[in-house]
Amino acid sequence: MPETSPVAYDSKIEGNIIFTRVDSAMNWMRKNSLWPMPMGLACCAIELMAAGASRFDIARFGAEVMRFSPRQSDVMIVAGTVTYKMALAVKRIWDQMPEPKWCIAMGACASSGGMYRSYAVLQGIDQLIPVDVYISGCPPRPEALIEGLMRLQRKIETEPASREQKREFFASLKG
Amino acid sequence: MAAASVSTHVSAIQAKFKVLKKTEFRGETTLYVERTEIKDLARFCRDTLGFAFLVDLSGVDNFGQEPRFEVVYELYHFEQGLHLRLKISVSEDELEVPTVSDIWATADWHEREAYDMYGLKFAGHPELTRILMWEGYPFYPLRKDFPLAGRPSEMPDVAFSKAAPLAGGPFVTVPSTATTKDREPRSREIE
Repeated sequence: MPETSPVAYDSKIEGNIIFTRVDSAMNWMRKNSLWPMPMGLACCAIELMAAGASRFDIARFGAEVMRFSPRQSDVMIVAGTVTYKMALAVKRIWDQMPEPKWCIAMGACASSGGMYRSYAVLQGIDQLIPVDVYISGCPPRPEALIEGLMRLQRKIETEPASREQKREFFASLKG
Repeated sequence: MAAASVSTHVSAIQAKFKVLKKTEFRGETTLYVERTEIKDLARFCRDTLGFAFLVDLSGVDNFGQEPRFEVVYELYHFEQGLHLRLKISVSEDELEVPTVSDIWATADWHEREAYDMYGLKFAGHPELTRILMWEGYPFYPLRKDFPLAGRPSEMPDVAFSKAAPLAGGPFVTVPSTATTKDREPRSREIE
């Protein structure tokens, strides 16, 4: 077959090159290796464990690496009733997680206090930390958690991953 | 084995201690006794009568009555399979109750819980600190004059609490023989 292309091009690596934006590439990497911080506080944690186990297997979404150290995790899954006694401990763990970080409020209790309209229960973890995805259910099925995880992935896709960093970098040069 | 019954134990107690009132309901015997005597009575029940096990110890708030509080001791006799309930009343002005945690070790946490929820002071308890709420929480949440929604409190870096929104009234069950729908906890207006 005669060489017809005007530019030198190694056809062996064709198909191994992807043109994209840095933002998209970073988001793609981030969303497919979300390491969860399992903040299991009540029965939702059982469903969280089920979602991590073989039948539902959130490893298919790159989220199987449950990190019990906040310093190595990306997404905090608040699974269960947040009591006032526990609330500041959850906040402290959240503060120890490095940016970028996300939060999933799993189940009715973490989202709004749920059925515990009581003196002892924080009425939604969003009063303390910013929540990206709320999952309804009491407790939600593992499928619902997976749906929440996929929504979070879709949300991450839209984030300006490097733009913010660039802005901060140039601001720091000026400052 | 001779048919052991609670009544023999009750008469043994009545011979040595002052029993203010004795009630029986569905085979359960309850003795109302003096608050000051509860420690000696507890020791007598365990050592002499053989009630080796304290099943439960709890507080009761009869808000609006005098004396306001009660402490309930639920005893069990392993060999004879008998239950006995002791009750003492505690007035709001004098919340001190002798501890029985040195007689039944299990009373330790039960008394801490009663202290946490009702503010009953168990004299002689080895470490009378809150068990469920955090140390420094200013209220006793199971008292009847404490609102279900809670009250705001703040302890910087330790814990805080806010009143919960009770839109449409507290979620309460209603005693009823009707359907589950009528009984189960729902948002209801307080009457």
